[in-house]
Amino acid sequence: MNNQNNFIMDEIDPDLAERIDAGRRNLFARYAAPSIALGSAPLLLAAASTEAFAAGGLPQKVVDVLNFALTLEYLEAAFYKTGNNTAGLIPAKYKGLFRTIGQHETAHVALLKGALGAAAVKAPKVDFTAGGKYADVFSNFATFATLSATFEDLGVAAYKGQAGNLAGTAVLTTALQIHSVEARHASAVRPLIGKAGFDGAFDKPKTKAEVLAAATPFLA
Amino acid sequence: MTDAILSRRLVLKWTGVASTLAVAGSLLPNFGISAALAADLGAGDIGVLNYAYALEQLEAAFYTQVVKTPYKGITKSELSTLTAIRDHEVEHRDFLKKALGAKAIPGLEVDFSAIKFSSRKSVLGTAEVFENLGVAAYNGAGQLIKNVDYLAVAGSIVSVEARHCASIAELIGGQSRKAAGAGHVDAKGLDGALSPAQVLPKAAPFIKTPVTANSLV
Repeated sequence: MNNQNNFIMDEIDPDLAERIDAGRRNLFARYAAPSIALGSAPLLLAAASTEAFAAGGLPQKVVDVLNFALTLEYLEAAFYKTGNNTAGLIPAKYKGLFRTIGQHETAHVALLKGALGAAAVKAPKVDFTAGGKYADVFSNFATFATLSATFEDLGVAAYKGQAGNLAGTAVLTTALQIHSVEARHASAVRPLIGKAGFDGAFDKPKTKAEVLAAATPFLA
Repeated sequence: MTDAILSRRLVLKWTGVASTLAVAGSLLPNFGISAALAADLGAGDIGVLNYAYALEQLEAAFYTQVVKTPYKGITKSELSTLTAIRDHEVEHRDFLKKALGAKAIPGLEVDFSAIKFSSRKSVLGTAEVFENLGVAAYNGAGQLIKNVDYLAVAGSIVSVEARHCASIAELIGGQSRKAAGAGHVDAKGLDGALSPAQVLPKAAPFIKTPVTANSLV
């Protein structure tokens, strides 16, 4: 890091700077750890529905990031699909909000799957009760909204944490375009559980390990 | 063709400053910028950070005025949200200014004559425009940033801008489809991403500091 970098990093709140440093260190851990990607075959992009991604092969590191993102998007899409299809769960005045969010998550799944082609991981089996902890997730709107806000905030932090891994690649912009949509969702849902839409001026990233630890209880 | 002309106009000459700084000028490799001028611009990342700094200045000035002269009939809750957003934008502005140090562009003079600060509709409508423009600007600028630490900083700001978009949409229309991003998120579930050449003309009407294309002619 040159002096200029140090300068900008010093200005970030210490916690954030620490997270960013941790993220950088984790780059090495990530290379050493087994990938969650099931397929590692050389990838050729399916040309059709993937204009947002540049055509051509993707480096393995990018494939890993996209599969990580896809796993979260599967989780979110399944969550809203069930929620939106459960009669009596979502109050009428919030139906438009959650339908729109669900449409976006479903679109993210399609986009990432299209980009990954044969290298895409399969949809995980999900348990939104997290082993019974949230048994009323689809019968109590407060629980549903709480998990929605949790998933959206997690998604924001997850994409943010991977931006560095996508730097210099054709998919960075697309990932950023998904990242800010997740942030819109988080901010739209949080007031339903009595929270402001935001937590301060700078959002913090989460590492892949942190995100997976938070998501694992919902994977059956 | 049109893009090239636009881009030329967008190389900003900050009046009163001896050296000319083109915002994100390094992004315009195909538009005939001379090597001599390009050298003037400094590192590409500095140009991008100054671009962000300009937009944050605009937002901070706007919300500062909004909180100073609240619109008619503002509720406590609305003022509280708008004050929080002001604080964020001021933090973003000050952070970027400090980070840029001597390389920061000067403080911009703003022109808010088109905004009726006494009108809820005018204020929230303008806030919606600024926040969504900010999100698209950061999304589009990410790929131009070389240093991953700067990218992390931009990432930590852009999602807060996106959160603001939802908060403003809620003030306008409640927890609606628009709060989730409808109207700004496309059928693929993607948010906007605009280049500096697309963003600056939208911001220009609100910036009094003269912007000319002389530096490229």
